[in-house]
Amino acid sequence: MIKQIVPSILLTLVLTVVLGLGYPLAMTAVAGSLFPHQAHGSLIERDGHVVGSELIAQGFSKAEYFHPRPSATTDTDPNDSTKTVPAPYNAANSGASNAAPTSKTYIEGTQALVDQLKAENPHARGQVPVDLVTSSGSGLDPHVSPAAIEYQLPRVAAARKISEDDLRALVAVHTEGRSLGFLGEGRVNVLRLNLALDERWQPK
Amino acid sequence: MNAAGILQIVVYFAVLTAGAIPLGAYMARVYSAERTWLDPVLKPIERIIYKVCFIKPDQEQHWTAYAFSCLMFSVVGLLVMYAVMRLQALLPLNPASQVAVAPDLAFNTAASFATNTNWQNYGGESTMSYLTQMLGMTVKNFTSAATGMAVLVALVRGFARRQVKTVGNFYVDSVRSILYVLLPLAIVVTLALVWQGMPQSFDAYTEATTLEGAKQVIAQGPVASQVAIKHLGTNGGGFFNANSAHPFENPTAFSNLIEMAGELLISAGLVFAFGRMIGDRRQARALYLAMSTMLVIGIGVCYWAEAAGNPLVQAMGVDVAASDLAPGGNMEGKEVRFGIANSAIFAAATTGTSTGAVNAMHDSFTPIGGMVPLVNIMLGEVIFGGVGCGLHGMIVFVIIAVFIAGLMVGRTPEYLGKKMESKEVKLAVLCILIFPLSILGFGAVAMALPAGLAGMSAAGPHGLTEVLYAYSSATGNNGSAFAGLSGNTLFYNTTLAAAMLIGRFLIIVPTLAIAGSLAAKKIVPPSAGTFPTHGMLFIGLLIAVIVVIGGLTFFPVLALGPIVEHLALAAGTLF
Repeated sequence: MIKQIVPSILLTLVLTVVLGLGYPLAMTAVAGSLFPHQAHGSLIERDGHVVGSELIAQGFSKAEYFHPRPSATTDTDPNDSTKTVPAPYNAANSGASNAAPTSKTYIEGTQALVDQLKAENPHARGQVPVDLVTSSGSGLDPHVSPAAIEYQLPRVAAARKISEDDLRALVAVHTEGRSLGFLGEGRVNVLRLNLALDERWQPK
Repeated sequence: MNAAGILQIVVYFAVLTAGAIPLGAYMARVYSAERTWLDPVLKPIERIIYKVCFIKPDQEQHWTAYAFSCLMFSVVGLLVMYAVMRLQALLPLNPASQVAVAPDLAFNTAASFATNTNWQNYGGESTMSYLTQMLGMTVKNFTSAATGMAVLVALVRGFARRQVKTVGNFYVDSVRSILYVLLPLAIVVTLALVWQGMPQSFDAYTEATTLEGAKQVIAQGPVASQVAIKHLGTNGGGFFNANSAHPFENPTAFSNLIEMAGELLISAGLVFAFGRMIGDRRQARALYLAMSTMLVIGIGVCYWAEAAGNPLVQAMGVDVAASDLAPGGNMEGKEVRFGIANSAIFAAATTGTSTGAVNAMHDSFTPIGGMVPLVNIMLGEVIFGGVGCGLHGMIVFVIIAVFIAGLMVGRTPEYLGKKMESKEVKLAVLCILIFPLSILGFGAVAMALPAGLAGMSAAGPHGLTEVLYAYSSATGNNGSAFAGLSGNTLFYNTTLAAAMLIGRFLIIVPTLAIAGSLAAKKIVPPSAGTFPTHGMLFIGLLIAVIVVIGGLTFFPVLALGPIVEHLALAAGTLF
């Protein structure tokens, strides 16, 4: 018995040091020197201040910005720590709606999102892109589909008093196709596009 | 469904098979204690570990000692991890000032990581300190994976050996699994993931001021080193609450391919290693084909269902058609960079293996799309399965299949030259009964008690599916969830932990008993009456046995859950 237990305890301790401290620390040192930008969270600075991470969605509600996908993240209720309250784009507590496809609340909520989207984008062409009325898995999806950008484009152009074609040219630069031509889906990084917008045309 | 989606599925299998075959050859050498190209670096480290831990690498163990070592190693690991979580507030590397994890949640989580389940009743970034992620999650990701690999190797030795009493040394098999297989792969994968955008630092959570002037606190940490082994070891417990849907935990379509391939790589490689160790690679090919067939069917059904989208959302004038400009389909709980095809592959791969990581929320899948991961788990986690556990689970099904074939022709069944007698078949049946007993038993209890019913977030049949999924995931040591379920309650923390421990150790012990019994047998040369176990006929029989056992046992409850929900959705009924 003892013969089996002693190695179990010692091996657990040795492996905890090797794999729990040695391995992550070594990886942090190597990764930090090879890929410093990524290792520290792909943060974006503007005028010396961190404005976000290029991988993390942030909330946009003004008409002159492109909007990201809905977010179902929550935060602890300040009045009752056992409950949560909606807190969209909370990058310290990722999460999804986990709504059932047959949930009455979900279907009614989606209808409300569709109505709101249509009201915000009266000059939009075509059908509503599905990614703009469904919340993402992380609540922090940094991308929307190219179709979702095109849907919002007339609104942003009008709010910034610029031509749709000029704006479309800028969007094209920020549209990513499938990686290596086939991997994943076409997408646009909303924060990077909005930063480029601000750089090119100051909001009026 | 479109051509781009199908191409991604094909590429996935090509990458997987191309990696698994050479890895299998390498692992066969590792477990046969032959020289490998990593020996010059690792051999000295291996010797030091044996010396420090009083492990005698030349002393082989009887299956009972092997099983006892395996249990002890798991229990000690569980206790250490529990202690780390309870004490994290007093320990360093806690920049977000996480408090001690509550006792029931800490027990659930420690049991979860000790059994390779990695069920998350916690949100990583809101509950666990960096040190807990390292000493707890990361270490257990290695050791629980190595435990599964060791048990498999013991079983394979049972087939390869003749008339011996021992099945190997548990500690040697575990240490070699970690040093020669898991750690080198984890180092490579970590760096690839950081390159793709995954954080790996000890920075405190960053406070950003957004373009519209709001404050945003961005959680990060030593993510990549944990996530790499989370996939390679088919663990699946995320650094973040949203798991691999989180852009920091799966930044690009390419990192997604690495993670999906990583989930299956070792399990698939072990199939080929098995073929080499028993000296008959045709047997490995047959099992690989059986597993791949079931995986492809799962991916196909899930992809089809998710690409069709939610008919009620489509009726609102929402475009669900896929194109180069839009992912289409059912995007609730999914990420744009992955779209539908990669979410379907991931869902099938993570549940066919016992990984349980998710890059999309299964709870928000369409009823049929969400049934695929559930059925994959119910079938016994043998569609490649967990590292080691998947293949030893599959071999248990093989024993049942040759037994049934033997009944049909009236001959004593044999597999790989070993006669399958009453003892082996009884032990195999015991392994297989654990699943329905635990899943349906705990499920029924949860349905009967207010504490169980209180956890459901969805009304109607979907609520039943949430509970059923939870106990399937726990028993199958999978760890994915229909995450709407509020599992962080005393009731769910304890019953799910119990299901995990039952699903792990009540299968490992009989499996090792089979290994011991087989090792003691002689090998009979194949004769004209031997049922060949490498042809298409056997592959078909094996799949049929797996589906009939899984299907018959669980069909009634599936009819009450996802199937009736599917019909309700088509009829426009809401709950």
